[in-house]
Amino acid sequence: MASSFLSSGIIQPLPLRSPDKPQPLFDHLKATSTFLGSTSKIRSVSLSKPNLPNPHRRSTVVAVSDVLKEKKTKSAASSSHLLITREEGLELYEDMVLGRAFEDMCAQMYYRGKMFGFVHLYNGQEAVSTGFIKLLKKEDCVVSTYRDHVHALSKGVPARAVMSELFGKATGCCRGQGGSMHMFSKEHNVLGGFAFIGEGIPVATGAAFTSKYKREVLKEDCDEVTLAFFGDGTCNNGQFFECLNMAALWKLPIVFVVENNLWAIGMSHLRATSDPEIWKKGPAFGMPGVHVDGMDVLKVREVAKEAIQRARRGEGPTLVECETYRFRGHSLADPDELRDPAEKAHYAARDPITALKKYIFDNKLASEAELKAIEKKIDEVVEESVEFADASPPPPRSQLLENVFADPKGFGIGPDGSYRCEDPKFTEGTAHV
Amino acid sequence: MAAIFQGIGAAAALPSTEKFHSQSRRFVSGSLFVVRSDGRPSLGSSPRSRGAQHLITNAVAAKADASATSTASKPGHELLLFEALREGLEEEMDRDPRVCVMGEDVGHYGGSYKVTKGLATKYGDLRVLDTPIAENSFTGMGIGAAMTGLRPIIEGMNMGFLLLAFNQISNNCGMLHYTSGGQFKIPVVIRGPGGVGRQLGAEHSQRLESYFQSIPGIQMVACSTPYNAKGLMKAAIRSENPVILFEHVLLYNLKERIPDEEYVLSLEEAEMVRPGEHVTILTYSRMRYHVMQAAKTLVNKGYDPEVIDIRSLKPFDLYTIGNSVKKTHRVLIVEECMRTGGIGASLTAAITENFIDYLDAPIVCLSSQDVPTPYAGTLEEWTVVQPAQIVTAVEQLCQ
Repeated sequence: MASSFLSSGIIQPLPLRSPDKPQPLFDHLKATSTFLGSTSKIRSVSLSKPNLPNPHRRSTVVAVSDVLKEKKTKSAASSSHLLITREEGLELYEDMVLGRAFEDMCAQMYYRGKMFGFVHLYNGQEAVSTGFIKLLKKEDCVVSTYRDHVHALSKGVPARAVMSELFGKATGCCRGQGGSMHMFSKEHNVLGGFAFIGEGIPVATGAAFTSKYKREVLKEDCDEVTLAFFGDGTCNNGQFFECLNMAALWKLPIVFVVENNLWAIGMSHLRATSDPEIWKKGPAFGMPGVHVDGMDVLKVREVAKEAIQRARRGEGPTLVECETYRFRGHSLADPDELRDPAEKAHYAARDPITALKKYIFDNKLASEAELKAIEKKIDEVVEESVEFADASPPPPRSQLLENVFADPKGFGIGPDGSYRCEDPKFTEGTAHV
Repeated sequence: MAAIFQGIGAAAALPSTEKFHSQSRRFVSGSLFVVRSDGRPSLGSSPRSRGAQHLITNAVAAKADASATSTASKPGHELLLFEALREGLEEEMDRDPRVCVMGEDVGHYGGSYKVTKGLATKYGDLRVLDTPIAENSFTGMGIGAAMTGLRPIIEGMNMGFLLLAFNQISNNCGMLHYTSGGQFKIPVVIRGPGGVGRQLGAEHSQRLESYFQSIPGIQMVACSTPYNAKGLMKAAIRSENPVILFEHVLLYNLKERIPDEEYVLSLEEAEMVRPGEHVTILTYSRMRYHVMQAAKTLVNKGYDPEVIDIRSLKPFDLYTIGNSVKKTHRVLIVEECMRTGGIGASLTAAITENFIDYLDAPIVCLSSQDVPTPYAGTLEEWTVVQPAQIVTAVEQLCQ
């Protein structure tokens, strides 16, 4: 399964795993772990001749979706070679349905005046979140953008904590202080939730750096991986390129997941990007670049498995471009009038939840009744989360100044000589700081 | 945090390290103590009477005293400011393996001002990380590392370069602890040399303290002597809050004798440099030396200025400052920041808000001209506050 990248005979600049193939140009085992830096030779020397007939291809990393399509038609013939077990299928289905139902409920609640501000929904992109995050351990980190509700849910943050946060209540995962665009969870290692695009990528790189540091400096048994999710618009931003460089340079255990939904609010990806094939930018920095059909959770999962394993083994980062689509507008404030209805219809026909359902039925992994039961359960979870959020109190005044500093002495010394945080008005939230 | 060192109350101020150190040997009980720069009235001695004693002997900064009273067996050890920073950094790296450094040329090159010299050899390339030239991203990387358990010190080769990291410093460094509802703390130290140097040109002569001061959630400190450089470095590293430590390009070679024992200073406190009666002069970083030079002249002219190095640029130590204002009733702020929106502007506002009843005259603020620092030496000199201007200002203020 994992050899899908290599089995088709395509040579890549850096092999995704080191199996019984000829040694890669840089032998990790020989190099001392203290040296941090690139030892790759000049590209023209190291690249073998690609086997592809197309002379115009500058990079030899192929679109995995083609390879997997080939593989799947083969597997249809020999139906014993399934991509997922029954349990996995149900888990994936439940997670995607949760994402979809939750976001639909968000839309309802927004229009009923229960949540405010900028709310960015993930409908249509569930395959990416589920495909990647369901492979992670609890200690692995996820960093996202403002379209982060479903990433948080997939990682394990309870739906009621996310809904509460959206309602701005004190029981929200960030005590109501973050909102839609800032889903954080220390317990589940969700490192945000960032309002500015690109802002989270260096933070994800830092989390991956910590993982490497723990392993190599603190000598802990650490193989934690970080996933950084971001969109096509972000791929034209400096922070993206700077972090690709650093991650590849130091072989950080990170996977850069591009959720290319072709639109950055109203700016088409093709109008903003000189070379729209984002996966090609990976090899330019010395890491594999992979393109995958982001509307198919099983294909995403296959690619994700390989990329995450690569990172865990210490072989460095991977850039995965998931071609996906958002069924709704950029945010709930976006009328979404610019996109071609034909394009929307095309992707609606490729709804990832419908596709997984079909796969499950075709391969007799579960019955209609079981899937319906899951859908009902999710509806109840989402309903309950709304009830919980409704019933929760808003943050009290005393919360205003509490988390500005980890050490509240940072507010300084007042005119009377005592630290400002010792002032009782401080805990009331009415202190003047 | 270690217990507050009460014994220092015997001499309220720390006019020179000599004075401090001779007392410290009597009072040190453990190997670590936190020093408060100013004794509180509750310790039983009034600043007023001590001020008179210290009038003549401490008209200048510690350096002069050191040379005057040098003996063979002096306690402590002498070093330069950049070495003091390194010593503080090294001690903290020894103490906690999660402390790491990242920045341009901090590793193999040893730091462009030698603050991290030798550390990469000792701790390895990962703990003293040479980054590519990508300030925004490696600052963000430091923040991500801090959120996941490390304690990075991010060096800006020149403070001005951190303008490229403003996005990460403002949005993530300052805000994430709050936005995450207190779940993630960001114990980073962002440090680097800033200030007007010797004809370095406009971009390399910037003072970023004014730009960063509005960011909620961060603390800013400025060091000015080897003693406080080491103490503040250690305090900043140990702090759970993100701290920006401002160093100055021209102060790296200052020499001073500092204690052998371990010490950590308070990030929020100001330093009493020279107690006085007639006027309160508030300053920080390099301007402290211009002020002390002006103080020599002023003393000869019969004035008695009280000089306070505010050290903590955000938040202000309103207690030390307030006590001084209540005593002298006249305030002069001398800073290297730009006139508009600088630290002095904020300080003026804070003092007016809190202590207007104690002022006999409007607050005078001497800042740098709102001019991009020119290359020509003569022009550069005129953009920065010079001792002569300070003397004039005090004379006018005390009329």
